[in-house]
Amino acid sequence: MSATPVTQPANTGMAIDDEVIVGLEIHCQLDTKTKLFCGCSTDYRDDPANTHVCPICLGLPGSLPRVNRKAVEYALRVGKALNCGIAPEAEFARKNYFYPDLDKGFQITQYDKPIAVKGYLDIEGDDGEKRVRITRVHMEEDPGRLVHKGAADRPKYTLVDYNRAGIPLIEIVTEPDLRSPKEARRFLNKLRATLEYLGVFDSEKEGSLRVDANISIQPKGWFEREGKGKADRGRVEIKNISSYKGVEKALTFEITRQKNLIRRGQKLESATRHFVETRGVTTSSRSKEMEQDYRYFPEPDLRPLRVCDWAMEIVLPELPDARRARFMEQYGCSPIHARTLTGELKLAEFYEKVADIDTALAATWIADTLLGELNYRDMSITLVPPEQFRELLVLLREGSVTDKSGVEVLRVLLDQLKETGRCEGARACVDRLGLRIIVATPTLTGEDPVMEAAKEALAEQPQAVADYRAGRKEALNFLVGQVMKKTRGCAKPGDVNKVLADLLEEG
Amino acid sequence: MASVTFSPDDRYNAFITTLSGAETGPGRLSGIPVAVKDNISTRGIPTTCASRILTGYIPPYDAHVVTLLKREGAAIVGKTNMDEFGMGTTTENSAFGPTLNPADPTRVPGGSSGGSAAAVASGMVRMALGTDTGGSIRCPAAFCGIVGLKPTYGRVSRYGLIAYANSLEQIGPMARNVEDVSLLMEVLTIHDPRDSTTIACPYRHTPDPTIRGLKIGVPEEFFGEGVDPRVASVVWEAITRLEAQGAEIVTCRMPSMAFALAAYYVTCTSEASSNLARFDGVRYGPQADTRRTWHESFQEQRREGFGTEVRRRIMLGTFALSSGYYGKYYAKAQAARQQVRNDFLRLFRTVDVIAGPTMPTVAFRLGEKTDPLSMYLSDVLTVPANLAGVPAISVPCGTSEGLPVGLQVMGQWFRDENVIDVAAACEQGVSS
Ligand SMILES: [Zn+2]
Repeated sequence: MSATPVTQPANTGMAIDDEVIVGLEIHCQLDTKTKLFCGCSTDYRDDPANTHVCPICLGLPGSLPRVNRKAVEYALRVGKALNCGIAPEAEFARKNYFYPDLDKGFQITQYDKPIAVKGYLDIEGDDGEKRVRITRVHMEEDPGRLVHKGAADRPKYTLVDYNRAGIPLIEIVTEPDLRSPKEARRFLNKLRATLEYLGVFDSEKEGSLRVDANISIQPKGWFEREGKGKADRGRVEIKNISSYKGVEKALTFEITRQKNLIRRGQKLESATRHFVETRGVTTSSRSKEMEQDYRYFPEPDLRPLRVCDWAMEIVLPELPDARRARFMEQYGCSPIHARTLTGELKLAEFYEKVADIDTALAATWIADTLLGELNYRDMSITLVPPEQFRELLVLLREGSVTDKSGVEVLRVLLDQLKETGRCEGARACVDRLGLRIIVATPTLTGEDPVMEAAKEALAEQPQAVADYRAGRKEALNFLVGQVMKKTRGCAKPGDVNKVLADLLEEG
Repeated sequence: MASVTFSPDDRYNAFITTLSGAETGPGRLSGIPVAVKDNISTRGIPTTCASRILTGYIPPYDAHVVTLLKREGAAIVGKTNMDEFGMGTTTENSAFGPTLNPADPTRVPGGSSGGSAAAVASGMVRMALGTDTGGSIRCPAAFCGIVGLKPTYGRVSRYGLIAYANSLEQIGPMARNVEDVSLLMEVLTIHDPRDSTTIACPYRHTPDPTIRGLKIGVPEEFFGEGVDPRVASVVWEAITRLEAQGAEIVTCRMPSMAFALAAYYVTCTSEASSNLARFDGVRYGPQADTRRTWHESFQEQRREGFGTEVRRRIMLGTFALSSGYYGKYYAKAQAARQQVRNDFLRLFRTVDVIAGPTMPTVAFRLGEKTDPLSMYLSDVLTVPANLAGVPAISVPCGTSEGLPVGLQVMGQWFRDENVIDVAAACEQGVSS
């Protein structure tokens, strides 16, 4: 952030002592088998519209909701994992508004008696470890989905698909404790990891996570002094961001936009904006939406849930922080590797499937190489068969391939996996590509491939040989390079040096 | 499977839909024609709630009580007329025209289950299902001279009942005598886990008119202002007969009656405003006009599809729940409701049942009640049982001006058996 010249006394500009204040509301689909209030399957993706529906999730007259206990248990797990207090009683309420995707004319959600309140999640903040406070966690049902037909800006008509209606959601609300887009992203990553460790969330399902972000830029220390008090500068709510990366992008865009307004001395009004994922910008949306009166009242068809005792029976699995500590302790992982490897449940599980070969080698290859190659291909770790990766690690450990060849093999295997979902064995791949390390034999008989290559190189490069003989020792490096090229990197540099030196001495 | 021929002379306009060849099977209700109020879902049979907004809606599933009726072999012969969505006390607020009272066709049958009451009273069917949100079974039972029971809240599944006010209403049996009401009650109380507000408490009981030593509380408020003295005296005579049969009469007070009616109307209109939001023309009912924006088309749909009284109650409820008024109306109504419950709790420490008139008057003339407020006032004696959730029955106990008068008996939670027994004793007293 840079300070800008102040042109008007009233205009403070985005000064060096301004800070960004961000709070998030995260909607996650709970990964239950059936919907929140009926027995319909939640596995609706790729299926024809309105095939996962029944009188209850279609809101047909006379149907009644019945709470899916598994969904409540999942929500309680989340509440506990986020260090929340669990109230003795949670209650569902109706949020009333008209929209075609809302089959009952109201959404069943929780209002003044949410399932969990006042918790926290520790993340790696911009200035070290940071505690982000959780305001509340509540349960609600997902509405249906509108499908617009015709042009995107002026659709001819709109259809409604209720397959998604009634999917259990939890909404997690944070206090405005985040101070940068990066922190927001780190928080989301940690949250996602936590939810996955709990076994309640599948981040790979399309649309399983949606985020609303509140952001404002205030003079430094304002938040600590005033808290939720009235600020001079308004707060912008960015609605319905549907990806992790989108959150960071939307916030970054919004900070620049707000900074520019402040710099020009314009007043920042509170507003709701939408994030346009394809363009990476936020756009203004009708302010009417903020004036909605949802007329909440307790859902009369459901009894309050006595959740406190229930929560006490729930035993949480190992969570990311605990696993990170264990990885350092049990496998001797570096703090950075441990953090990376435990940052995703599937990755941590993958590591533990191959760590026995060589804990350090496995950590380095997964955290520093495999992960990058996966990201580059936009692939999930779940596509990689641990057996093939184990084979590659064995080859690397026994010195059968160089690191460089190892990377080459890994790339080939990942490309095959991405293409076909299957891949050849790592060993077979090494042999097919002729990447096995060539070990020089100490004889000068010329049957040895390194010796062959060295002789060829000397014959081809008389000038370098002459230079070397004239005492310019750096000419050797050039010759080593030539030999490496001829052996396609499979010779050990030490061997090449030795063979070349012997040949040059001899000659 | 056998079928029951049903081709009634529906001169009282009791039915919205009649089914000529209703199926019947073996069971406790085998061969018995039963009428079902038209707010209870019946698979394959139009279910209208007497509203234009449900024109063309055919439920794809049976309400739990309908499944139970079929399981016991009952022949469902028709769907009965009612006040639109149950909102009324006369069965005049119907898109299908008013139902007439078989006891005097110039008068209303009461409501909102007026069609069911008229079908039973005229002898077209032996039994019928009604629903009672603030007196909708007991009022028409009293006006038509039959027996009607509003069960304890949570004893009969509401699954498939098109909701008007979820926290108040119950489906219940209507018949010409206590024995049939009791029989139907046995069928209706089989537990249904799909209604989370029910508990498993099956009713298995044979009416027993022996009431020696039973304590009957009679609240002064049930004979207060607004209660026709002629009706009051018929009811007092019936209570005196119960005393002669061995019951002990205890006069008592029910101070919460002063605000019960207000609490009732705030609660039921609030819930209704939300329940009826789903009728937007997207999924069923008359097709929405796709040439207009969705907001325009659904507003028009609702303006034209709902009758005046329904629109009035939706607006009242929307207002009561809106921010800034919630505390003043909805929240206050819930507090008042708790006081009504507390009154019942207190009284039931000393008495077994509470008795009084079902309705303050005999049946009104058709078209007599024109202003909504005086109509609402006639519910004052029936709403306390709904607010508290206690069982309440109306049983014929005599006549005034030649028109039937009902005795109302309210009992403790899940002691529907008690009110059945007192009703049986009253029935015995009337016939002897
Ligand atoms: Zn469903």
